[in-house]
Amino acid sequence: MSILLSKNTRVICQGFTGSQGTFHSEQAIQYGTRMVGGVTPGKGGQIHLGLPVFNTVKDAIRDTGAEASVIYVPAPFCKDSILEAAFAGIKLIVCITEGIPTLDMLDVKVKCDELGVRLIGPNCPGVITPGESKIGIMPGNIHKQGRVGIVSRSGTLTYEAVKQTTDFGFGQSSCVGIGGDPIPGSNFIDILALFEKDDQTEAIVMIGEIGGTAEEEAAAYIKANVRKPVVSYIAGVTAPAGKRMGHAGAIISGGKGTAAEKFAALQDAGVKTVRSLADIGNGIKEITGW
Amino acid sequence: MNLHEYQAKQLFAEYGLPVSTGYAVDTPEDAAAAADKLGGDKWVVKAQVHAGGRGKAGGVKLVSSKEEIRAFAEKWLGKNLVTYQTDANGQPVSKILVETCTDIAQELYLGAVIDRSSRRIVFMASTEGGVEIEKVAEETPEKILKATIDPLCGAQPFQARELAFQLGLNDRQVKQFTNLFLGLAKLFADLDLALLEINPLVITSEGNLHCLDGKINIDGNAMYRQPKLRAMHDPSQDDEREARAAKWELNYVALDGNIGCMVNGAGLAMGTMDIVQLHGGRPANFLDVGGGATKERVTEAFKIILSDSNVQAVLINIFGGIVRCDMIAEGIIGAVAEVGVTVPVVVRLEGNNAELGRKVLGDSGLNIIAASSLTDAAEKVVAAARGAK
Repeated sequence: MSILLSKNTRVICQGFTGSQGTFHSEQAIQYGTRMVGGVTPGKGGQIHLGLPVFNTVKDAIRDTGAEASVIYVPAPFCKDSILEAAFAGIKLIVCITEGIPTLDMLDVKVKCDELGVRLIGPNCPGVITPGESKIGIMPGNIHKQGRVGIVSRSGTLTYEAVKQTTDFGFGQSSCVGIGGDPIPGSNFIDILALFEKDDQTEAIVMIGEIGGTAEEEAAAYIKANVRKPVVSYIAGVTAPAGKRMGHAGAIISGGKGTAAEKFAALQDAGVKTVRSLADIGNGIKEITGW
Repeated sequence: MNLHEYQAKQLFAEYGLPVSTGYAVDTPEDAAAAADKLGGDKWVVKAQVHAGGRGKAGGVKLVSSKEEIRAFAEKWLGKNLVTYQTDANGQPVSKILVETCTDIAQELYLGAVIDRSSRRIVFMASTEGGVEIEKVAEETPEKILKATIDPLCGAQPFQARELAFQLGLNDRQVKQFTNLFLGLAKLFADLDLALLEINPLVITSEGNLHCLDGKINIDGNAMYRQPKLRAMHDPSQDDEREARAAKWELNYVALDGNIGCMVNGAGLAMGTMDIVQLHGGRPANFLDVGGGATKERVTEAFKIILSDSNVQAVLINIFGGIVRCDMIAEGIIGAVAEVGVTVPVVVRLEGNNAELGRKVLGDSGLNIIAASSLTDAAEKVVAAARGAK
């Protein structure tokens, strides 16, 4: 097993005929993803990349039985596209687009939770189950089917972790980029819970960044609920606090959010933390004895 | 994007919220003339910069003559104001806000942000208004009252009343606070704010609530649908190099080290800075070249990195996901040749066609050091920077 996505998952693409949608859908098809069509309003009835194009997500579901959708539409239209997919009955939505207004995401998140929809992203590389299926912009060839689950806020940092776990021969069960936006559709805890339950996943890599308190919350969750070994790296030890305006940001976070605090919280939860990005593979080796 | 206090107050006034009458001016003459227009014999003059802590830095003054106003304007206009929230150079003052004076009985705090944890807009209020509010939040968090806004229902009057009664306001003030709270919530939603703060929100000697300061930060992702706010942008408050980088869709932040960094992806850029420091070096900057590391963008990135005279070596770290590393290598070679880079450049390429990319770099005949891994790259660039001293 794996999480979220398997070779059987029927996937559509919203923004299918645009340049991003076209390029990455081609890559996905090559990788083996079960792409069953796409949606571009006004282009329904056409064939693109050998697959049917639909005007609406509803039409696409009716004709293809699609269960998952990947979204490449421009940021101003993403709220609409995500909600269209959610209301039409798609259960896994992966939104790659960056630059979505935060207030749009507040509404989207409420609705997705209410409808029982798993949203990954926005502003993320997507999800891959190596050897089976990928939806997103990650390079398929660096992955290898295996036993480490990877969850990360950053795209390129995910690739580093993937490469190391591939080079060490561990491989990955699934890799999930949750995205770097303030309001992600899924957070670390959502994905950690899935990895903990998944038989194929024997160890977990969690890659965080400074800012917000998602890593601290994940640490508390791991302490209480995760029995599998977890390795974690947090980027941004050297990042400056940044120019601030006013106090409200600092007050709401209560002084949390620095890399040092995140490392401390994770260590307290029994997580193996590594200070160098290059040590993720070694970290797994150390705690699993593989 | 940040707004100036005078701009925030203009918006507050449009939403019917209580602010002082004032004029934002850019010459000493206009500053003195503003006092005539306002009347009275006491005014407040405030330097307009995108930073807090202005009062302690001398950027806010209570004055009682036009001569004092003129002197204040002459002192600050065209100069930089340094506060504990700015860098060592401070922020340039190009406008002074001249306001009527408000007699203060009590200082409160009122702010709102998008809280990532609860995924809601959260309002915060406190009886402990003023400059020490962060200390209050850290040491006595129970003194920060909170109200969470439901995204679908929006802000409700009962939430305002709950806060107002806990703040100890009287009946008339509770009504004023409710108007203020609902107006700010509407403003927050209408204008795509990321942060809003009134510190202090004062109770005047007549017992009325009054917004004495205003800070607004707008969600950068939403600027496309806020044309009016876009027009309020003051580029003089932006870091010059950061603004130049932004034009090329490069994300640059200057730091105080000597190793320039050019990386694709914000997370990897931070990870690269961290590993440089771990190996005894000091990063000179954060720079994310984004996904398409083309020759044009790499060239521009080099120019920006090298405009910092502290830079003694540059580390380029690219994980070629979809893009091919040999193409990136050619971009780097073209850029190094065009810019005339004289400091050592260490390049680590990984991912798609990485080996070919390394070969292309090796064959270029330029002063480019190819690194075989992340750790190797960090060690080599730290050594190169030491050698350059």
